[in-house]
Amino acid sequence: MADEKPVVKNRRAVVARLARYFVKYKFSVLLAFLLMLGSNLFALLGPFLTGKAINAIDLKSGVDFDAVFFYCGLMAIFYVVSGVLSYILSVVMIRLSQKIVKSMRKDVFDKIIALPVGYLDKMQAGDLINRISYDIDTVNSSLSNDILQAATGVVTVIGALIGMLAVSPALFGVFAITIPLSVFITVQRSRAVRPLFRKRSGKLAQLNGYSEEMISGIKTIKAYGVEEKMIGRFAEKNKDAVDAYYAADYYGSLIGPSVNFVNNFGTVLISTAGSLMYLFNMIMLGDISSFLLYARKFSGPINEYANIMSEIQSALAAAERVFRLLDELPEGAGDTATDTLGDPKGDVSFEHVRFGYDPEKVIIKDLSFEAKAGQTVAIVGPTGAGKTTLVNLLMRFYDPQGGRILLDGRDTKEYTRASLRAAFSMVLQDTWLFEGTIRENIAYGKEGATDEEIRRAARDANIADFIDALPAGYDTPVTDGGVNLSKGQKQLMTIARAMLSPAHLLILDEATSNVDTRTELLIRDAMDRLMKGKTCFVIAHRLSTIRNADLILVVKDGDIVERGKHDELIAKGGFYNEIYNAQFE
Amino acid sequence: MKSLGKYLSVHKKRMSVGLAIKSVGTVAELFLPMIMAYMIDDVAPTGSVLSLSLWGAAMFVFAVAAWGGNVIANRMASRVARDTTEVIRNDLFSSTLYLSARQTDEVTVPSLVSRLSSDTYNVHNMIGMIQRLGVRVPILLVGGVALTFSVEPVLALVLLAVVPFLTVIVIYVSSKGITLYTDLQRAVDTMVRKVRDDYTGIRVIKALSKTEYEERSFAKINDDVVHKETKAGVIMSVTNPIMNVVLNLGMTVVVLVGAYRVSEGLAKVGEIIAFTSYFTIILNAVISVSRIFVNVSKGSASAKRICAVLNMPDELVRDEDLAVDAEEEKGGIVFENVTFSYDGAPALKNVDFSLKKGETLGVIGATGSGKTTLVALLLRFYDCDKGRILVDGKDVRGYDEKELRKKFGVVLQNDFLMAASVEENIKFERAVDDDAMKEAAKNAKAAPFVESLDSGYDSMLTVRGANFSGGQKQRLLIARALAGRPEILILDDSSSALDYKTDAQLRATLREQYPDTTIVMIAQRISSVRFADKILVLDRGEAAGLGDDATLMKTCPVYRSIYESQNEGGGANG
Repeated sequence: MADEKPVVKNRRAVVARLARYFVKYKFSVLLAFLLMLGSNLFALLGPFLTGKAINAIDLKSGVDFDAVFFYCGLMAIFYVVSGVLSYILSVVMIRLSQKIVKSMRKDVFDKIIALPVGYLDKMQAGDLINRISYDIDTVNSSLSNDILQAATGVVTVIGALIGMLAVSPALFGVFAITIPLSVFITVQRSRAVRPLFRKRSGKLAQLNGYSEEMISGIKTIKAYGVEEKMIGRFAEKNKDAVDAYYAADYYGSLIGPSVNFVNNFGTVLISTAGSLMYLFNMIMLGDISSFLLYARKFSGPINEYANIMSEIQSALAAAERVFRLLDELPEGAGDTATDTLGDPKGDVSFEHVRFGYDPEKVIIKDLSFEAKAGQTVAIVGPTGAGKTTLVNLLMRFYDPQGGRILLDGRDTKEYTRASLRAAFSMVLQDTWLFEGTIRENIAYGKEGATDEEIRRAARDANIADFIDALPAGYDTPVTDGGVNLSKGQKQLMTIARAMLSPAHLLILDEATSNVDTRTELLIRDAMDRLMKGKTCFVIAHRLSTIRNADLILVVKDGDIVERGKHDELIAKGGFYNEIYNAQFE
Repeated sequence: MKSLGKYLSVHKKRMSVGLAIKSVGTVAELFLPMIMAYMIDDVAPTGSVLSLSLWGAAMFVFAVAAWGGNVIANRMASRVARDTTEVIRNDLFSSTLYLSARQTDEVTVPSLVSRLSSDTYNVHNMIGMIQRLGVRVPILLVGGVALTFSVEPVLALVLLAVVPFLTVIVIYVSSKGITLYTDLQRAVDTMVRKVRDDYTGIRVIKALSKTEYEERSFAKINDDVVHKETKAGVIMSVTNPIMNVVLNLGMTVVVLVGAYRVSEGLAKVGEIIAFTSYFTIILNAVISVSRIFVNVSKGSASAKRICAVLNMPDELVRDEDLAVDAEEEKGGIVFENVTFSYDGAPALKNVDFSLKKGETLGVIGATGSGKTTLVALLLRFYDCDKGRILVDGKDVRGYDEKELRKKFGVVLQNDFLMAASVEENIKFERAVDDDAMKEAAKNAKAAPFVESLDSGYDSMLTVRGANFSGGQKQRLLIARALAGRPEILILDDSSSALDYKTDAQLRATLREQYPDTTIVMIAQRISSVRFADKILVLDRGEAAGLGDDATLMKTCPVYRSIYESQNEGGGANG
């Protein structure tokens, strides 16, 4: 129990923070509160009127029809009014909670976009999606449902209690016997049943993980003909999952009938005691009726309490996850730089740069080199050796732990990130296109690019002919349903995007191994045009680039192991020489 | 045709017994107000405290019976739900694994995964809830009407009159709800796609300082989701208030009509009280049912999606006419004029080649030229449209699937490693002993790094082998393929992450250690296939050349241009 305390404290902070969202809409909240009160009060008056009407029937002198009509009329009106109010209340609550959800979702998305790349690299896409969809949904349903139910419950319990006491304190004395029973069920449920439900979700998650894994490997499983073995494995995990589900159900299925039993037991007590009191003329029949109705109203919310509380708990946990993401520092939180970088000449130098993705595990120990404006730096090394690390540092997606990176002689940290990045154009191997038209995708590189500029960029990138041949031309949507761009065409599109940028520095990933020869020639030609007159950092795959590079950096296991010009490196007979020659073994 | 009904029908007996017990329990509950009415109207006037107490005790017995009946019935229902779900899920998983590749493509892998996980969960929920809560309202209504007709037929009519209203509301709202929620789901999918999109493109977004643009475009999607959710919520939340109003008005009518009946001496006051109790019991039940509404509409949509997979026809069945064993040499592969298309445009056109036991075929060509398709046809993931494929001289369509695939050791493009130990990944559920595993690991050049791990072959991989480097993963996969000592070894772009040196060593080992194994090696790098006995050059699905390196350099312009482009441009990097 001791270690639960901070959680409670945390929970309180979460609640306070959620409340802040509500404060923005205090009028809606006030309106909802009044509606809730009204609808419940009208509903609570019902049993009282029923009793009055029945009393008017059960008179020694016969039925008092005027009174019956009066009370029944009031009942009808009250119930209808209560119904209407409660519907309006739901609508108000839905609109309110949707407003809150909308702003939460916006906050989360804006945060995701603002987070440092290094943070996102460590996070799974699925995790982010969970926060923005599932977690916020959970908070939402809690906001629109559970809070309302809880409030309604409180009003109903208090109202019914007052009703019962007003009708017959003596009967209430008898009825009170059932209250400990209700409490017992509630406690039992949270103690015994909740852990079982937790186990149930755990087993299910395991099963789902397994099936996702296996189905992603379906071709391999088929190729080796081990389907039956995998089905057997699945069956075991499935058995665990359904058994855990059943174990939770086994106890869970006690709850509903037990709640009903408490209700029925109440009926038994009230009927017996009521009849006895009636026998001795201590109570009127209508009062027994009112009492019965109040008793049922009373126990309802008490028995729902456990349910609502556990849902609110999970909503708070979800809210906490959302808030934790929102609390992450955005990229550049500690930046003090306000200088914007204008149009740099393009001299870049690394001075004793030390870096590791994990600060404990330094991979670049001490890197210094210089690239003059217009020069080309080729970065070579086996796949997965960490060639993109330099790109990450140049663009300040990550910052080095030691040393400096200078641009035109000034530390890049002295400029705002946005202006620094604007000085580079970038073509990565993972061509990134989004859902939108071809025009939008190309123009993404430059806000307000004119049609003429876009067309020129497409022409320079050797993609104009292809686009012009499409029926919808530049307005063709790039979606799953739209035109199917090949890998090479996608790459040309991103080159076109980079063409639009006036930047004097270029980061280029040359990998073209996955396109056909014809497209490869087009890409190469476009890249050559793009590189002209710029300081280039090229993740190089082409011999011509490497041979002509002013500096080659050889990367192995994350670190720069060799550096120099092609001929020097070959002469040195080291790692570069080895990988270079392996091809022509 | 498989359907949820079929699966449930196995449990017909248990379900009917459960339903009977549930009915007994539920009806026992309905006796309570009746007994109460009798106590008030008939027993109390006699003035006997003892009989009142006895009747009170009788009520208690009924209350206990109601509790017991419902608990037993609920547990039986849970058991039915468990057993049904278990079978459905196992069937679905095995159907999924036995789908033809064409069917898998059609349904898509993510969709299959969600059918196995969230859809079976929804169905499980639904089966349980319908039996536990769903049947309660009909039993209460039918039982209530039947029971009360004997006591006070006119008041019973009021109860009966409520039924059509409730039915209409249920049908209207649930049918509306399904369309609205489907709509909403679509909007949510768009939102999820946006988040995923931006997550992958975050570097580009930041490099181009497009965060504001992205925020605006997300805001639009967010608006749409909120709009649809509000709409669905506003319609769905009609249920509770309306049902409350209908049932409460019913109760008012009972009191009103009751007044006339009492005044005419046809009913007693206790009976009116009993009726008001009925209404409350039914109201509570109806409210709990409306809470499972969403579950049931989700569940039935899920059942449909599950059955769609279960009912997919068996494709790629064995053709008995072709099942004649050939007397030719084992280990050979023949493609005869093979043409195949996934959907219209041919992925392979008139491809012809033959390969003898122990020979190596290199396949080279650009992405989309049909290299991987060739492997898929050879393993009979798909059937070719024209021509035929022979393995060991026998048409692949004549093989039993197992028998055919047993001949192969395969490393597919982007192949899959399990979250399991290195050993399990190499053995891959086959009868491979430790020696064979270690030998395969050695030959695949995986042994040195595996043995340097703390737990050696017991080292665990994380999902998709994410804790290993690309080159290590490929070596494990090759070890897996070699461990079965296959007749035919297929390597689809499976050495791309190896450095040139290891790649070359691997090729040498294969030639030395597996001289009888026929090898099909697909590669992007010309250096990987140059030394093959035969090289097939594919260009847009067609064979642009077939022969050894020297011949192709002379006769095949496509081959030559690939060679030139890689030797000019295929620098020191993979």
